[in-house]
Amino acid sequence: MSETPAIELRGISKSFGPVHANRDIDLVVKKGSIHGIIGENGAGKSTLMSILYGFYHADDGDILVNGEKVTIADSKAAIGMGIGMVHQHFMLVDNFTVLENVVLGAEDSAMLAGGLDRARIELKRLEEEYELRVDPDALIQDLPVGLQQRVEILKALYRSAEVLILDEPTGVLTPPEADHLFKILEVLKNEGKTILLITHKLREIMAATDSVSVMRRGEMVATRETRNTSMEELAELMVGRSVLLRVDKKPAVPAEPVMQVENLSVTDQRGVQVVKDVSFSVRAGEIVGIAGVSGNGQSELLETLSGIRRATGGTLRINGQTIDLGTSTLDAADMRAKSMGHVPEDRHRMGLINSFSEYENSILGYHRDPAYSSGLLMNISAIKENAVAEIEKYDIRPPNPMLKTASFSGGNQQKIVLAREIERDPDVLLVGQPTRGVDIGAIEFIHSRLVELRDAGKGILLVSVELDEIRALADRILVMFDGRIVGERGANADEGELGLLMAGVEDNAKMSVEGDAR
Amino acid sequence: MSTGQLPRWVDYGLIPFVNLAAAFLVSGLVVVLIGENPLEAVRILIWGSLGYGEGIGFTLFYATNFIFTGLAVAVAFHAGLFNIGGEGQAYIGGLGVTFACLALDHIVPWYVTLPFAIIGSALMGAAWAFIPAWLQATRGSHVVITTIMFNFIASSLMVYLLNSALKKPGSMQPETRTFEAGGRLPFLNEVFPSFGFGYAPVNLSLFVALAACVLIWLLIWRTKLGFEIRSFGANATAAVYAGISPVRTIVITMLISGGLAGMMAINEIMGSQHRLLIDFVAGYGFVGIAVALMGRAHPVGIVLAAILFGMLYQGGAELSFEMPNITRDMIIVIQGLVILFAGALEHMFRPAITRLFTPSRAHAAEEA
Repeated sequence: MSETPAIELRGISKSFGPVHANRDIDLVVKKGSIHGIIGENGAGKSTLMSILYGFYHADDGDILVNGEKVTIADSKAAIGMGIGMVHQHFMLVDNFTVLENVVLGAEDSAMLAGGLDRARIELKRLEEEYELRVDPDALIQDLPVGLQQRVEILKALYRSAEVLILDEPTGVLTPPEADHLFKILEVLKNEGKTILLITHKLREIMAATDSVSVMRRGEMVATRETRNTSMEELAELMVGRSVLLRVDKKPAVPAEPVMQVENLSVTDQRGVQVVKDVSFSVRAGEIVGIAGVSGNGQSELLETLSGIRRATGGTLRINGQTIDLGTSTLDAADMRAKSMGHVPEDRHRMGLINSFSEYENSILGYHRDPAYSSGLLMNISAIKENAVAEIEKYDIRPPNPMLKTASFSGGNQQKIVLAREIERDPDVLLVGQPTRGVDIGAIEFIHSRLVELRDAGKGILLVSVELDEIRALADRILVMFDGRIVGERGANADEGELGLLMAGVEDNAKMSVEGDAR
Repeated sequence: MSTGQLPRWVDYGLIPFVNLAAAFLVSGLVVVLIGENPLEAVRILIWGSLGYGEGIGFTLFYATNFIFTGLAVAVAFHAGLFNIGGEGQAYIGGLGVTFACLALDHIVPWYVTLPFAIIGSALMGAAWAFIPAWLQATRGSHVVITTIMFNFIASSLMVYLLNSALKKPGSMQPETRTFEAGGRLPFLNEVFPSFGFGYAPVNLSLFVALAACVLIWLLIWRTKLGFEIRSFGANATAAVYAGISPVRTIVITMLISGGLAGMMAINEIMGSQHRLLIDFVAGYGFVGIAVALMGRAHPVGIVLAAILFGMLYQGGAELSFEMPNITRDMIIVIQGLVILFAGALEHMFRPAITRLFTPSRAHAAEEA
C-alpha cells in the first residue's frame, strides 16, 4: 500500500440552510505534493477549506490527518495539527514589523523581548531553509503584496505547519510575482510540505500542481493527476459542459473618439497622487482595456471619470463637450446625463444596495429618469416592468424583482448592474472588474454583452486585473503602473510583455498614447 | 445583514411581541419584589389605559405626541442619521404654534389658525435641526452630539424667551397668555361625544398625526426623495455612485425630521395647554427614539408603538394611583425595560426565532 495521506476527507457534508455547500466530499491529499482544488465561485472550495481549518464544522463526515481521525474545533486546533492557512486577504497588522507579525498569536512568554529574539533566529532558519527572504524588521505597510504573502507563508511555517492551504493566492499578484510564488511552493514541496492550492484559474493548476480535484456545486466531481489532464477537460468538469475560453468577436471598427482624457491627475484623501498625468482616448466601437495590478490608480481613474471622485487637474471631452475636471463639480448623476454608464469595480460596496430589492436596484442612479416617475411619486409599476424585462433579457436568476439583491449569486448581481447600465444605452461605458467573483457561465454572458455593446458603436473603457480578460476583450490595451499609463499595446499583445509592464519594468518602446496609436 | 428570509409577520409581529413579553416578565418580577401582585398590576395598567373612554382618550393623547416624535426619529433613521434632538426641535416647534395662535386666535376660527400652526411648528422644528444637519453634512460633526447640544440650547432659549418677550404682562408665570378660541383645537370629546372621552385632552391633532404617517409612508417608499434617503442610509457609497448628493440628502432629511418633531407642539400647545409654557415637551422627544426603534421606522409600526407607550403613560399613572407602592419612578423603570428589550436588546431573541422558522438553516448565523 502507498503511504498514509497527509489529509484525507471522507464524506464531508455541510449545509447552510437549504444550500448544500459541500455534499459527501472525499479527498485524499498525498504527503509532499501540491494538490489543486479548482471550481467556480460558489462551488464550495472555500467552505471545504474552512472546515479543514476549523472555521466551520462539517454536518457529516470524517477528517483524517496523517491517517488519524480528528475533530478540528477551531483554527487553533488546526494549527496544532500542523495545518496552516494563507488567506486570500492577508491577516497582517500593517504597522507591525515582519517579525512581530510572525510572532503575533504565537508568543512563547509574557515578555516580548526574549521571544522576539528567539523568533528572529527561527525566522532566519526558515528563510534559509525555504528561500523565503524578507527583512524581519521591515514594516508590513512598506512591503509589496508579494512579500506580504511571503510573510503569511512564514507565519504558517513558524507555527510548524506541515500542510499549507493557500486560498486564491495569486488574486493580488502580478504574473511574475505569481510565478515566483509557484517556485516557492515547489521548494516547500521538496522540503516535504504538503500544499493545497485553491484557485479558479486553470493556468495555475496546470503550472503548479501535481494533482487536482474539481468541485462543482458543492460536489467533488473528479480528481486527476495534473500531467494526465488538460485545461479543456478541467474547464468542462468545472462547469459541466464545454466552455468558450476565448471571446468570439469580430475585429473592432472604431470610429471617432467618444471620450478623450487629457492630463488627468488625481490625489486621494491621504494626499498621495494616485493618478499621474494620464491621457488617452476611447473611440466609438472599441473596447480599451486598462491592465495593471490592482492599486495602481485604475480604481481612482474610473471613479474620477464617473464623477464620484474629484480630480486635481485634467480635462475630459465626452461627446464633443469639454469638461475641466480640475474645477468640475459634476457628480455621478451629471455624468450619467452625459451618457456615461458605469459598472463599478465593487458591486457590493458601490454598485448595489444589497438590502434593497432587485427592482429598486435596477434604477439606482437612474431613479430621476421621468420614465420611472409619475408626478412626485415613483412609478413603481413602470420600474418593475423594466426590471422584469431586464431580468428576462439578461437571464437573471431567480427571476424575481422583489427579492433583495443580497440573495442573488455574484454572477446574477453583476448581471443586474450590467443590465441597468447597458440598457440605458450609454455612449461611453466605464466597466471595472466585470467578472470578479463571477462564475464561468456568467463570464461568457457578460463578455458577449460587452462585445455586443461595442459592436453597436459604443465606447467601452474596461479596467480589470485579470490579464486574460483584458486580452480576450480589449481592442487596445493600456497598462497602468503607479498612477501612470506606462505602455500601450494592441489586442494580441504578448502576455509576458504585458506582465513586465504591469510590474513597472520600463517600456523602451513607449508609444504615444493618443487614440490612433497602432 | 439580511434577515429577509423571515416571514413578515414574524419580523414585524412575533419578534416585537416576544420582546415586549420579556419586558413585562422582568417588570413583573420587579413588581413582585416590591410586594405587589403583578397580574393585578397588569390588569390595572390595561384597564386604566383602555378600559374606559377617558382612559382611552389620555392614551391617544400621549400616543399623538409619540407618533410625531417617533416619525421624526424614523425619517432620520432611513438616512442613517440618529436625530436625538427631537426634544429640542419639538420645544422650538412650540414657538411656531404659539406665534400662529397669538397672532390669529382672536381674528379667525381654529381651522384657519391650524394650517399656520402646522407650518409654523414644522418650520421652527426644521430650523432647529438645520444647524446640526449642516454641520454633519459639510463638516462631519456628528448629529448625535450636535442635536443633543441643541436640546440644551433650546431649553435655555425657551426659558429666556418665556421670562422676557413671550411672558404675559404682569404675570409671574413663565408662560404666554392663554389662547382664545381661535387658537384652540377642538377636543375629540366635543367632536365625538358618544365615545365618552370625558376630560381627556385628546384632540384633532391626532388626525394631523395620522395624516403625517400616511405622508411619511408615501415620502419614504414612493417618492424619488425617499428612494434617495433610503439609498443614502443603506449604503452611502452606492448613493454617491448613483449621483445622490450626501449634503443635500442629510440636510433635507434632517429638516423633515426636525419639522415632524416640531409638529408635536400642535398637540400639546394648541390641542391641550392652550398656552406656551416651560418644559411642555417633557421627554416625549426622547421616547420617540424608542417608539421609532420598536416600530421599525415604519409608520404603521410607529402608530402601534406610540399607542403602547401611550398606554404605559396613562396606565402607569393609573397604576401609581391604585398601587401606592408602585411609584411614578417605578413606571419609568417599566418604560425603561420596554425600551431596553424592544430597542437595545432587539437582537437577543432574533437568532433563536430565526432558527425556529428556518429549521434547516441551523448554521445561518455562522454563515453571516
